[in-house]
Amino acid sequence: MSKLGTLGARLHRGEIGYDFVGKRKIWYGVSILITITAIVGLAVRGLNMGIEFQGGAVFTTEKTSISVSQAETYAEEASGHDAIVQKLGNGGLRIQIAGIDTGKSDQIKQELAKDLKVDAEKINADLVGPSWGDQVANKAWQGLAIFLVLVVIYLAIAFEWRMAVAALVALIHDITITVGVYALVGFEVTPGTVIGLLTILGYSLYDTVVVFDSLKEQTKDITKQTRWTYSEIADRSINGTLVRSINTTVVALLPVGGLLFIGGGVLGAGMLNDISLSLFVGLAAGAYSSIFIATPLVADLKEREPQMKALRKRVLAKRAAAAAKGESLEAPVVDERYDEDEPEDATPAVVGPRAQRAQPSSRGRGRGRPSGKRR
Amino acid sequence: MAAPKKGRQGTQGRPGRTLALILIAIVALTGGMFASGHTTPRLGIDLAGGTSITLQAKNEPGQKNAINPTNMNTAVDIMNRRVNGLGVTEAEVQTQGDSNIIVNIPKGTNSEQAREQVGTTAKLYFRPVLTTEVSGGDPAASPSPSASSSASTGSDKDSDKDKATDKATSSSSPSTPPSATSSTQGRAVTDALKADPTPSGSGSPSSSPSASPSASTDPATAKLQAEYTALDCSKKTVRAKAGDGVKASDPTVACGQNSQGQWQKYILGPAEVEGTDVDKASALFDTQGAAGWKVTMDFTSKGAKKFASITGKLAQNQSPQNQFAIVLDGEVVSDPFVSQALTGGSAEISGSFKQQEAEDLANMLSYGALPLTFTEASVTTVTAALGGEQLEAGLIAGAIGLALVIIYLVAYYRGLSLIAIASLLVSAVMTYVIMSLLGPAIGFALNLPAVCGAIVAIGITADSFIVFFERIRDEIREGRTLRPAVERGWPRARRTILVSDFVSFLAAAVLFVVTVGKVQGFAFTLGLTTLLDVVVVFFFTKPLMTILARKKFFAEGHSWSGLDPKRLGVQPPLRRTRRVSAPVDTKEA
Repeated sequence: MSKLGTLGARLHRGEIGYDFVGKRKIWYGVSILITITAIVGLAVRGLNMGIEFQGGAVFTTEKTSISVSQAETYAEEASGHDAIVQKLGNGGLRIQIAGIDTGKSDQIKQELAKDLKVDAEKINADLVGPSWGDQVANKAWQGLAIFLVLVVIYLAIAFEWRMAVAALVALIHDITITVGVYALVGFEVTPGTVIGLLTILGYSLYDTVVVFDSLKEQTKDITKQTRWTYSEIADRSINGTLVRSINTTVVALLPVGGLLFIGGGVLGAGMLNDISLSLFVGLAAGAYSSIFIATPLVADLKEREPQMKALRKRVLAKRAAAAAKGESLEAPVVDERYDEDEPEDATPAVVGPRAQRAQPSSRGRGRGRPSGKRR
Repeated sequence: MAAPKKGRQGTQGRPGRTLALILIAIVALTGGMFASGHTTPRLGIDLAGGTSITLQAKNEPGQKNAINPTNMNTAVDIMNRRVNGLGVTEAEVQTQGDSNIIVNIPKGTNSEQAREQVGTTAKLYFRPVLTTEVSGGDPAASPSPSASSSASTGSDKDSDKDKATDKATSSSSPSTPPSATSSTQGRAVTDALKADPTPSGSGSPSSSPSASPSASTDPATAKLQAEYTALDCSKKTVRAKAGDGVKASDPTVACGQNSQGQWQKYILGPAEVEGTDVDKASALFDTQGAAGWKVTMDFTSKGAKKFASITGKLAQNQSPQNQFAIVLDGEVVSDPFVSQALTGGSAEISGSFKQQEAEDLANMLSYGALPLTFTEASVTTVTAALGGEQLEAGLIAGAIGLALVIIYLVAYYRGLSLIAIASLLVSAVMTYVIMSLLGPAIGFALNLPAVCGAIVAIGITADSFIVFFERIRDEIREGRTLRPAVERGWPRARRTILVSDFVSFLAAAVLFVVTVGKVQGFAFTLGLTTLLDVVVVFFFTKPLMTILARKKFFAEGHSWSGLDPKRLGVQPPLRRTRRVSAPVDTKEA
């Protein structure tokens, strides 16, 4: 683990790093590919909706000695769909089976009667309308829309509109991926899934906001320096929060993974599985999108600003001049960028804005270098 | 929220005190939990089982096509709000087939009350009182019934067309049985009436001699009169049937209980104002005057107009025809006198309500009348749909997840993980206690999604610590010693935590307001844990960190403290030996 700690330190100092912003096109491509796959999957395979959404049948039996789990097996065999079995107070069973219509319901009723050894006449079959699930889903969509509007307004105020837009894109991206996975794998969509999906909203944004917060802090006085472009600083802030992102994602995924693999895996399908699966996919997508999509997108948008364009020009001109002077100053390569970062630097994790930055770069040169071999 | 105050006030000054405060709060909450006897959170129907009620929509005369999907969905919606007003009781309401609605109520809810709330159609009408008298008891003593009605009370344009009322005009003039209203006085008042004392109807002489019902030549009126004569409100079965199947636009007979607990019977004119005209209703405890529970209603603009018009007309009449009856599901709940037109758009029903009754009535009035009438087809007790095994598996999975998180934190943060684990523990205890207390308080029930939500919250809560720890470590990497690192790292971590928690909370709040059922319960859990996360980080983690930062183990960066400068990659020489620091930049965040 100490290696990871050192990694954190090196990331913090910018000794190492991944050029997230520079290679953004690759990741945009990956995301677009995933999104297209998800949409195609959705269009071709559609979603496997649970009983609450597509309706289904509910069978009620007389008092029986068949156990709940046995009945569940029988019902699933008879129908080919997931079944929920409840024991009623009078000793009877209530069996809910999704996605069957009237004709099929009669057939299943006969089979159930045989399996459960009860008189078919005494099994009461009711068809459930999809209204409840529809209602839940409609309200959920409505909630989603309102939330998105509010959160964009909030982010636009707390940060700026570009970040709000980027966060929104990342969020939609996460939802698309999650829905796509559901369509492709064919997991059943239940209210639990909807709930999981809605949780992702909050979590995905949470993650994005943490990175943005660091980005905002680091780019506060960006125009007052001429050493780094916005994209480079954005890149650094991603790298700086990378350890945190990894840690928080791992920590969030561990309990969800526990739910998914232990809770759901052992017991088979159920509400636990539904929720944890959509959470698992969504959390992973959320962590990915806040690093690879949201922040590079902000950088992209920012670089279009005249101010940032001017800055970029200044930075490049300065570098060219420095190169001409033969002072092999830090090339615009991420790995090299922070060899100036001294331990004395009073302000942690802040690169651009500090006054020292603008000072002749030779100052203190070598002192804080990781390669300084001071030890 | 996004812009926390600058500076270092807050929890830094007296970390010990803050810590003691929150620990006392936890102990108090826990004590409260044990004192209240609700030591476990109430479980939702999916985990604990409960009562399942099947309601069947009933066709009513004159409304052949009333049972359609639209009406069924409206009914589901209304029932859902009635049993699950706050959205956290985890009651489920769904349609089944074409004409059934299933209502699942988790164990521990007052299912008797829920049954009444769900099934009650809550058809509310304001009808003018044409005749009333005490019913039952001693029939022999009861005065001969008077003729129904006068055109003057039922002179609404709609009702003018009504045959029965038309004919009623031709029937004898109104009269008042001597005993009729003596007991109704003071039972009901409206806003305006309070200022302007009600003329007592008691014993007021009838304006004209009582006419015999047989004088009426109209069969409808005669029938009504016959019904009225036969009506014995002291019998429950008779009461329930009174006025059954009568259209709102027809006059009817009804029963109602007066403040003395006696049953009165009434002949009532056509409905002038309907329950759907009520915009909002709430139960209030009347501290002035006749102290007791009452229900206040605000009308919609249409309703207010109708109400003003009917009260205006009634005010001109003699008792008892200056009364209107508030009829709920065929029973007269209240029959206030009117002395002047009430144009304020609001009214109140007072009576001998108990708190529960007033609240139930208000609930039904605000959440609307069902478009259909339902009968209870079956009531069964059901076991948990998912059963204990799912809950158990969830809890085991949660425990394993928690253990993994702890192992990860210990491995990565070493000594610091103690703080994280203690904070997680505090967070868990608070969540549990508050959930247990919310059960009796607002009917909160924990269902499986909520359990999942709570488990997911482990990650969200741990996230806050990680943000904070990483900040501190960054500060140490910058070469600070621990104590200043904690104090400098905190304002920034605080800002990040607040901004991101706010987003989480926003999501939860929007979902809670907009959605229904399970999703709403889940949103509630999410919002609750997010708030608790902020509380724990601010009032527990931070002060604890401040205190521990003074301890040698952490301050000197013991290799197991998780704050070892060497491990964190601070480049020697350490800044202590060199300049204290570059110009200190106080600009935070």
